[in-house]
Amino acid sequence: MSNELDYLSRRVAAGKLSRRDFLGRAAALGVAATVANSMLSSAVRAAGPVKGGTLKAGLQGGESTNSLDPATFLSQVPFAFGKCWGETLVELAPGGGIEYLIAEEIGSSKDAKTWTMKIRKGVQFHNGKEVSADDVAATLKRHSDEKSKSGALGVLKSIDTIKVDGGNVVVTLKDPNADMPYLMADYHIIIQPNGGTDKPDAGIGTGPYKITGNQPGVKHTAARFDHYWQPDKYGHADQVEIVVVNDPTARMAALQGGQVNMINRVEPKIVDLVKRLPGVTIRAASGRGFYPFNMFCDTAPFDNNDLRMALKLAMDREEMLQKILRGYGSVGNDMPVNAAYPLFAEDFEQRKFDPEKAAAAYKKSGHSGSILMRTSDVAFPGAVDAAQLYQQSAAKAGIKIEIKREPGDGYWTEVWNKQPFSLSYWGGRPTQDQMYSTAYLSTADWNDTRWKRPDFDKMVLSARGELDEAKRKKIYRDMGEIMRDEGGLIVPFFNQFVDATGKGVEGWVDNPAQELSNGHALIECWLQA
Amino acid sequence: MALRQIPVTAWIGLILTGAFAFCAIFAPWVAPHGNGEIVGDVWEPMSAAHWLGTDNLGRDLISRMIYGARITMEIAVAATALSFSLGSILGFSAAVFGGWFDTLMSRFVDLLMSIPTLIFGLVVLSVLPTNALTLILVMGILDSTRVYRLSRAVAVDINVMDFVEAAKLRGEGKAWIIFREILPNALSPLVAELGVRFIFAVLFLSALSFLGLGVQPPDSDWGGMVKENKDGIVFGVPAALIPAAAIAVLAISVNLVADWVLNRTTSLKGGRG
Amino acid sequence: MSSPILRLVAQRILLGLVLLLAVSVLIFAGTQILPGDVAQAILGQSATPEALANLREQLGLNDPAWLRYVHWLWGILHGDFGTAQSSGLDIASSISTRLKNTLFLAACAAIVAVPLAIILGLIAVRYRNGFVDKLISGLALASTSFPEFFIGYVLIYFFAVKWQIFPSISTVDDSTPFLERLQAVVLPATALTLVVLAHMMRMTRAAILNVMQSAYIETAELKGLKAFDIIRKHAFPNAIAPVVNVVMLNLAYLIVGVVVVEVIFVYPGMGQYLVDHVAKRDVPVVQAVGLIFAAVYITLNIVADIAAIVANPRLRHPK
Repeated sequence: MSNELDYLSRRVAAGKLSRRDFLGRAAALGVAATVANSMLSSAVRAAGPVKGGTLKAGLQGGESTNSLDPATFLSQVPFAFGKCWGETLVELAPGGGIEYLIAEEIGSSKDAKTWTMKIRKGVQFHNGKEVSADDVAATLKRHSDEKSKSGALGVLKSIDTIKVDGGNVVVTLKDPNADMPYLMADYHIIIQPNGGTDKPDAGIGTGPYKITGNQPGVKHTAARFDHYWQPDKYGHADQVEIVVVNDPTARMAALQGGQVNMINRVEPKIVDLVKRLPGVTIRAASGRGFYPFNMFCDTAPFDNNDLRMALKLAMDREEMLQKILRGYGSVGNDMPVNAAYPLFAEDFEQRKFDPEKAAAAYKKSGHSGSILMRTSDVAFPGAVDAAQLYQQSAAKAGIKIEIKREPGDGYWTEVWNKQPFSLSYWGGRPTQDQMYSTAYLSTADWNDTRWKRPDFDKMVLSARGELDEAKRKKIYRDMGEIMRDEGGLIVPFFNQFVDATGKGVEGWVDNPAQELSNGHALIECWLQA
Repeated sequence: MALRQIPVTAWIGLILTGAFAFCAIFAPWVAPHGNGEIVGDVWEPMSAAHWLGTDNLGRDLISRMIYGARITMEIAVAATALSFSLGSILGFSAAVFGGWFDTLMSRFVDLLMSIPTLIFGLVVLSVLPTNALTLILVMGILDSTRVYRLSRAVAVDINVMDFVEAAKLRGEGKAWIIFREILPNALSPLVAELGVRFIFAVLFLSALSFLGLGVQPPDSDWGGMVKENKDGIVFGVPAALIPAAAIAVLAISVNLVADWVLNRTTSLKGGRG
Repeated sequence: MSSPILRLVAQRILLGLVLLLAVSVLIFAGTQILPGDVAQAILGQSATPEALANLREQLGLNDPAWLRYVHWLWGILHGDFGTAQSSGLDIASSISTRLKNTLFLAACAAIVAVPLAIILGLIAVRYRNGFVDKLISGLALASTSFPEFFIGYVLIYFFAVKWQIFPSISTVDDSTPFLERLQAVVLPATALTLVVLAHMMRMTRAAILNVMQSAYIETAELKGLKAFDIIRKHAFPNAIAPVVNVVMLNLAYLIVGVVVVEVIFVYPGMGQYLVDHVAKRDVPVVQAVGLIFAAVYITLNIVADIAAIVANPRLRHPK
């Protein structure tokens, strides 16, 4: 029976049998539709991509203020469109490693301070020019310049010098960093001719698609670039199109109505309803992003660790996960990293909701009266709901939380990182070092929990320079422990990226780095007739 | 006048409006559950335990509707009352006094109206604290500009009528002209406007909640509740339909009452029905 | 009779221009007190202090406010709205496309909504207090009292998802042919029509009822004219002033107040453009859009005032 199905699924993949007929035959053979479907998609993948057609995505996260200058990329639409027309030196592979693109290989000196990147030959820009080491060096210089307004400036600050050596670019760092190749995967650092210094928003890159239309906040279109260097891997559809659809319900309707082939950010609370729709596939990938409740460790009343502990114990993580994410995520453990990170120790004890212990810790803290917590619709999807859930679970421990909903507008400027207790999100970073350095060093600009501990800073730095993996893992374990028991963040859960595709979209690869298969969905998927 | 003279439609309006007002006033005693209390799973269907099902967080919908009635009515009624007293008195005065007062007021109102409400709301509400009083003031004042224009337009027409001229020749004061001559004769369009404006106040409140400037959670007005549950609409989950329908029913019942008052005022004047 | 009217009209237009200038000051001042600043808003949550300082200097945010106002006004008088701080695009050209889209959608909705509202109002008066009157009033009220996004989603649910007659995404651009454009705006225009219908219809009905008890109507009735003719010929022209006012208010709403409908149907109009830039604190764009919206309001106001003057003989010939 399965032989027959195998044979049939290959016939579908070859285009000799319709999908509907196949499912009919499978049903006749007594095979459940889900099983038949999964057989079909593996056969389709094995048969290889189909070229042609127009792949359309309806995405949240585009504004009429978007520019094509990669340095300014911030929201999802420029990010995803950037992956269509441009390429970085390396990418984060679905498995967590490095995928080499414009850099052919990257090697380091023994002290992890000097890094040599070999630039791939024969890669063309859309203007016909071949990528040279000078272009790469100019790009890195533009983004790492102190005067730059690039979103990658923080990541590249540690660069000391950038030199061209024949076909190589040699970078020296101020401090040793074993994770340097991961820094080069930052989505802002799209390699541009002459580094984009002449015209930063020209939109000329080396990606599989050439820009044909650019209406910020409305629509972006691109057509296949004929001289792309790896045409078998990326760029299957003839054209790609991104329509900006910021409203979640409208996005879902567009997918159902067949106006787009894929959407991002499916609201977790409707996922169960979406699953029942014919032809729609939910693409969920667990990632490193999380939604913290941030307390300032140096501001009363949160400078009292007993109170922080009480608030942590008063969080019902399981209920949060079920109600806010409908299970599309994993419970957090009050530290900013999870098992999706390399070198993560699996043996942490999970913190649980315990109203009695919370009440005891609260009593010990000596605090009384209500605690003001700020939230907003933009903090993360469901942030206002999450605040209300927390208010309920804290009430069970006798802790009174007062919620203030702030306007979405101005939340990141006036509330986050300014007010002592607020909700926020972190998209996660490729390595533990980057996550801790970004937000939990005394000197970090985004130290949004005001976590200032010289001993902790020392641990971060020593882990960064440590080349022995076992020792490094041990340091990270100790850091996690301290964070969990004394830190200023309550982490209810790590979220999954939940996207959805419509009929006939094949070739999707789950990638924990970012949503939409790390932005690659449009270039790696194809339309199966 | 005898109760039986009140038409059926007005009765319906009065009873429904009364019922809503009753819920609003006695919310804590009427509602089976607390406002923010989570009692079940997300979007449960209607059942004996939860008459209207549960909302997007698993809260009892009927309880939230009842508490929502209180917030919605309180703010909308106060804002409408403010906008009408302010708008109509200033509008009538402008028409009667005329001259520079009229010009100044009218252009000032034009000035206020010509700035998009969104920007206005954003600026004012991000500077002032967000509480019920601020909301009422902002909504009332913004809305009074609309009322002003209408009442001025109506009053200008009446002001040149013969009976007003007669009153002026009799030497009546401006206040007499405004309240005894113009007000009774301008009531019909104003009452019609009142019904619509009240509903606009409810909707404006929901728009403010939409921008995150409205009522603070876990409290919610009806418009905000439609928004909370909107994701279910395209899947046929009725949780958003119920608050939306409640706004519609409130709108119709308030306007049924307004229509009845409208008829009474017209019949007072000319004896025609 | 033409000269006093002409004088009144000229007076109104002149006043309108003065008003516009006053609005420009108010808008400029208002945008200065918006919380947050443009540099932070452009870079968002992931802004570093260095990047912020660099961007602020580059955008010229350190000049005094009055200087920026004078520069700005001078530019506008020469048709130059400046460039958007966030995207670096020319504002005038970005706005012209979006303004065209907004006007197109508003026109489509108005062409249906205004006559429909007035006709329904006339019918309601003709059969006043009867079943037809109640039905029209009830339905119109219900449609107005639903929040806009609710109407939008219900339309999408039936017409785009269930029956798939019209697209749920109304994205149009300059190259979209007229018929396709028309098809794209069917759903948003319907939603807008439902939103503004009741207000205009009820005002028509109330204003006509108000003049229906005048002596001349009684005379007309005694003459034996048909009920509908009386309303059309005698009552309606005298009820025009308040009706025009309300129609004007709703037309203005169709142009400046359709943000929610634009968001739901992904229609590239002015409202969406404004909201994006308010969120980004992109002051030049907010000022430009605010000024255009103000101009729309003021123009419609002038039209309403003039219509009221022309319609009322006593105002035409002030004693």
